[in-house]
Amino acid sequence: MRRLEHIGLLALPGLTFLAVIFALPLFMLLLKSFQIDGQFSLEEYRLFFTDEYNMSVLWRTLRVAALTTIVALLIAYPTAIAMSRANGIWLSIFLVAMVLPMSVGVVVKAFAWSIIFRTRGVLNDILMSLGIVDTPIRMLFTETALIIGAANVFLPFMVLPIYAVLRQMDTRLPEAAASLGATPVFRFFNVTLPLSLPGVVAGCAFVFSLAVSMYVIPSLIVGERQQTLSMLTARSFLYLRNEALGATISSILLIIAISVVLGSSWLANRLGARS
Amino acid sequence: MTGTDRLFLAISWAIGLCCVVFLMLPIVITVAASFTSSSVYTLPPPEWSLRWYRSLQERSGLWEAVTLSLNLAVVSTAISLVLGTLAAVAVARGRFRGREAIATFTVSPLMMPGLVVGVALLQFFREIGLRDAYWSLLLGHIVITLPFVMRTLLASMSAFDFSLVDAARTLGLSYPKAILKVLVPNLAPAYLTGGLFAFLASMDNYPISIFLTDARNKTLPIKMLQYLEEQPDPSLAAMSSGLILMAVIALVVGARTVGLNRMIQG
Repeated sequence: MRRLEHIGLLALPGLTFLAVIFALPLFMLLLKSFQIDGQFSLEEYRLFFTDEYNMSVLWRTLRVAALTTIVALLIAYPTAIAMSRANGIWLSIFLVAMVLPMSVGVVVKAFAWSIIFRTRGVLNDILMSLGIVDTPIRMLFTETALIIGAANVFLPFMVLPIYAVLRQMDTRLPEAAASLGATPVFRFFNVTLPLSLPGVVAGCAFVFSLAVSMYVIPSLIVGERQQTLSMLTARSFLYLRNEALGATISSILLIIAISVVLGSSWLANRLGARS
Repeated sequence: MTGTDRLFLAISWAIGLCCVVFLMLPIVITVAASFTSSSVYTLPPPEWSLRWYRSLQERSGLWEAVTLSLNLAVVSTAISLVLGTLAAVAVARGRFRGREAIATFTVSPLMMPGLVVGVALLQFFREIGLRDAYWSLLLGHIVITLPFVMRTLLASMSAFDFSLVDAARTLGLSYPKAILKVLVPNLAPAYLTGGLFAFLASMDNYPISIFLTDARNKTLPIKMLQYLEEQPDPSLAAMSSGLILMAVIALVVGARTVGLNRMIQG
């Protein structure tokens, strides 16, 4: 079977491309952030981590990403349960509601949320016509608006992995537990939830890493007033021309992303080994 | 089923249906807002009108941005499909070590922050002296589209029965021909979904493109954000509705040919 060994060579064009145009640039970026004038140095990182403003941006970014992940999970889990029980037209409705928003660009959706949250916007019009508030409330430029918008954009990435696991789960398992006298609450926490954890981990990892590095959504919903790491990176490159700062922040984002990937695959492996 | 079970399920359904409404909300709002006659966003609009669709003709640079984005999306998706097919055949069919690592690596750009990839490419292209904005954008967009193609191709190729290719070879076809005539038609659904998502991802990309453009080569998302800063009237909702229409067409084509359920696996 020598031919089958040569088949591996077919991967070379794609691998070479990604190695040169993706991995190498990222590696060089990372390398550069640890250097000043060609010498190894942590000075850029020290400057970043001792600056109070930068630290507040870092915490805001992590906080918004974590809250977005939690909100998305709270909505997605019950939705995935309903979806895994749905059939026919209902399943189609759920699937369209996942796939269509995924096919529509982030720019369009972020723009839509900026219309909804505007002071003279859709949501305030509704609240005022229902008599819930008398004067328009300020929603755009708040962190809550950002989290709602981000959770909306990333929801399908949370629902689909959980749905995939629940759909494959043997429905006889919870039934078996029930016939042995397990209460619904006990069954959920001891059968359904543990079995669906790989989907939850995958969804959370995906949503968190998307939310940490989102750029278009915060720039349209909160604007320049409340920076996130991505916005700070873009600003330091495109407006401030402070490339050293930009390289440092993007390296931090890169390190966060890689840790999320490694952490989640380690967790998924452990979960897989246990069950 | 006990009463508690039913209650659990009912709550799940209620949240699930709210989730459907929540997900569709931005799309519905955008389309509704695009047909307003007023120059501010009020819903429902005072009067329905096509005014903002007509005004699109007067937007300077819009047509150039649309054609550049379409060009990049089509060319980068096509190149990704070729590179992706070769790599996926190697991983699914080869018997060498590290195939798992290759699979992970080719999908990994999906998990990396787009903005960081953009910054890295900007510095890298400057270092190697690539100054042409179109070529920079194209290379960047192949990095965006390749993982989408790889994800679906890898999944369906590992389920493909390669003895069919061997059978075609016994019948006298050369290896490349056997791949083209047997494998590619069999994997048509994977090509379609992978290609569609890759195309849409390229059309929508902002964070990588923003670092690679120059004054003359602006993609549609970049142009839209620029309009939003300069003149944010409802013509932006009209542009967005155009993009939504494109997504709906992609969805209908996908649902008709491969089915919705297969579109989400991948």
